[in-house]
Amino acid sequence: MEIFDLTLIWAGIIGFGVIMYVLMDGFDLGVGILFPFAPDEDSRDVMMNSVAPIWDGNETWLVLGGAGLLAAFPVVYSVFLPALYIGVFLMLAGLIFRGIAFEFRFKSHRNRHWWNRAFCWGSTVAAFAQGAVVGAYIQGFAVEDFVYVGGALDWLTPFTVLTGLGLVAGYALLGVTWLIMKTEGHIQEWAYRLAPRLLIAVLAVFAIISLWTPFVDEAVRERWFGHLYLIWIFPVLALLCAYWLWRSVQARREGQPFIATLGVFVFTYLGLVVSKWPVIVPPNYTLWDVASAPESQLFLLLGMLFVIPIVLAYTAWSYWVFRGKVRVGEGYH
Amino acid sequence: MELDPLLLSRLQFAFVVSFHAIFPVFTIGLASYLAVLNGLFYRTGNQAWERLAIFWTRVFAVVFGMGVVSGIVMSFQFGTNWSNFALAASNFLGPMLSYEVVTAFFLEAAFLGVLLFGRGKVPQGVHLFASIMVAVGTFISAFWILAANSWMQTPAGTELIDGRFHVTDWSEAIFNASFPYRFAHMVLASFLTGGFVVAGVSAWYLLFGRDPAANRKAFSMCLWLLLVLAPAQALVGDAHGLNTLEHQPTKVAAMEGNWETQSRTPLLLFAWPDKTAQENRLELGIPGLASLILTHHLDGEVPGLSEVPPEEQPPVWLVFWSFRVMVAMGMAMIAAALIGLWLRAKGRLYDHRGFLQFMRLMTVAPFLAVLAGWFVTETGRAPWLVYGIMTQAEAVTPSLTGGMALFSLIGYGLVYAVVFYAGILYLTRVVRQGMLPEPPHDDEVERPKRPLSAAHVPFEDAANQPGRS
Repeated sequence: MEIFDLTLIWAGIIGFGVIMYVLMDGFDLGVGILFPFAPDEDSRDVMMNSVAPIWDGNETWLVLGGAGLLAAFPVVYSVFLPALYIGVFLMLAGLIFRGIAFEFRFKSHRNRHWWNRAFCWGSTVAAFAQGAVVGAYIQGFAVEDFVYVGGALDWLTPFTVLTGLGLVAGYALLGVTWLIMKTEGHIQEWAYRLAPRLLIAVLAVFAIISLWTPFVDEAVRERWFGHLYLIWIFPVLALLCAYWLWRSVQARREGQPFIATLGVFVFTYLGLVVSKWPVIVPPNYTLWDVASAPESQLFLLLGMLFVIPIVLAYTAWSYWVFRGKVRVGEGYH
Repeated sequence: MELDPLLLSRLQFAFVVSFHAIFPVFTIGLASYLAVLNGLFYRTGNQAWERLAIFWTRVFAVVFGMGVVSGIVMSFQFGTNWSNFALAASNFLGPMLSYEVVTAFFLEAAFLGVLLFGRGKVPQGVHLFASIMVAVGTFISAFWILAANSWMQTPAGTELIDGRFHVTDWSEAIFNASFPYRFAHMVLASFLTGGFVVAGVSAWYLLFGRDPAANRKAFSMCLWLLLVLAPAQALVGDAHGLNTLEHQPTKVAAMEGNWETQSRTPLLLFAWPDKTAQENRLELGIPGLASLILTHHLDGEVPGLSEVPPEEQPPVWLVFWSFRVMVAMGMAMIAAALIGLWLRAKGRLYDHRGFLQFMRLMTVAPFLAVLAGWFVTETGRAPWLVYGIMTQAEAVTPSLTGGMALFSLIGYGLVYAVVFYAGILYLTRVVRQGMLPEPPHDDEVERPKRPLSAAHVPFEDAANQPGRS
């Protein structure tokens, strides 16, 4: 028995990275999803400006997570990526298109509508693919002897389509509450009106997923309807956050809706984690089954412990620098 | 026709990595050049150095951004297409790639913003320090990637247990037999790339008489640098070749188009290697020269491809010709540097239009050399992925079908075509705008942290900008 369970530490790091990514890239993907529904072209400028300075910092968590998985939980990497081959391609293509749209939309004039499209579709496809990944994870994978043996489109089922759409709606909700916080005037009013509708959509999808999941996965059913009553705190807290979101939008509070949405995401995420823990490649493998060699985990951990605080500090600093409202005609070229 | 997922995955990897590689190889060289320019400006206070630094920082920003975008795909490729390899090598490969990512992020977090946006806002010494750190950081990034690649070429410090590599000695695994040579070769290649691009663009400006004061400085400085680097690269390349001869003799045999082990091996200038017949068609060579180069003896014995069965031989024609392209480019680079020296002695360095035109064209030479060189080393180890231990066929994702691989190959082709087109178009505009002072912009609202935004150049001509002030 080791003094430190490195696998557990790494599960913490990767788990933290995942939720950081979902929350942070979530709202800027959400802004992209909402792009076609914006009231006018000026609001699109403002919307993009509100996330332009920080989006690529947000995506660092995705790359860090990908490389970290290979180093700490290689079986997750070598099963999820082949199983989700098409989905991963769509996600990366989406992220690349929206990434360059950030850069070139402001530098382009004649072709701006094309960059608008690239931004919106890139964001939506990436969000859908990520949601489908969550669904595929809940479903489980056909794995034999640590190798994926299923087909190319096994991941694409009615269930994963639903989780994909759910995450698109969820990211849009994060995006719209972000815009409530970062904008004013008619854009903010538009966002206020849109938020409750998106919340209803998100709650509807989450409800269906929550009812459906215990039927998809027996282990999940036992987890929730066994003796672990304590875990019901997560869905309860998620619902409380949803209620807070609703009320704060009605009361036209600027900052609270975004915080409440973060709460909905965090508690839903924790609910998912406790549903599956400690299984990481369902249905068979736990975290410890898929871990890399301890010396490899340790070798990288030393670097991570040094870098993660710096990345966090840098992130906090950029958000601080870009605090406050974004206005029409301002900003970023 | 049956679609072969292995072949398609190899094509996809070659395409994605070639596309990606041209950006970092340029940024590594350019980052060092920026550090030098900023250092010269710090020491002398000469405005010309600052104008050059500002301009090349703009180019650096765009190229760095393109490198990051095209690099995202790389970190997922190992899992999607080479999952057996990813799993088997994860104990070593995972930490290497992660450290590369971590280095890049650390760099971006701490120093890139200061380099790109901090001029005039932070003390000059701090800006210079950030510039140096960015240059150092690019080397550390390259260090990790080349350690991983070299380990695949000359594996060491690991033990294969139940189909997975376990690291027994980190320093042996990282500083494996081919690593020092590959690293030195690559660093010089990056410097040469940076040098030839700067020299080529300066030559182009000089042809049009734009900002001659600054561009003459840049042009002269680059040519002095190339005069040292281009021959040095030939020596390092030779040492790298000898190292390859020791550890991967089949690769060298393919480079030389040498089928049978023999002494007095000729250096082939032209040949058409035919793997089915196991011989060359249409050979033209200089007797004994390959033996002399590789063994430093006219009678030295050079190993032949027939030492291994045909299924363990690489695609010989590709290795053979890629090697020739690389060497030809290297010779052209040495020639360019020597002609530069000669013209300098005659005092005609800056006004010999033919030479300026030639240097303009030579901008592409280092890129061709780098790509060709990587083609040699990567295809030359085929069919092995981890040399002597794991073949490419064993490494490919078992569940991957030909249809899936074709889908993603075409998909990445389309995505990169758009990215590349937009990027090159934009880079052209940045270079065309040249060293003009930047248009004034409101600093208070503009504090972006992203690379490309450091280049304030619109995509289209000013005349085509409706509704923009």
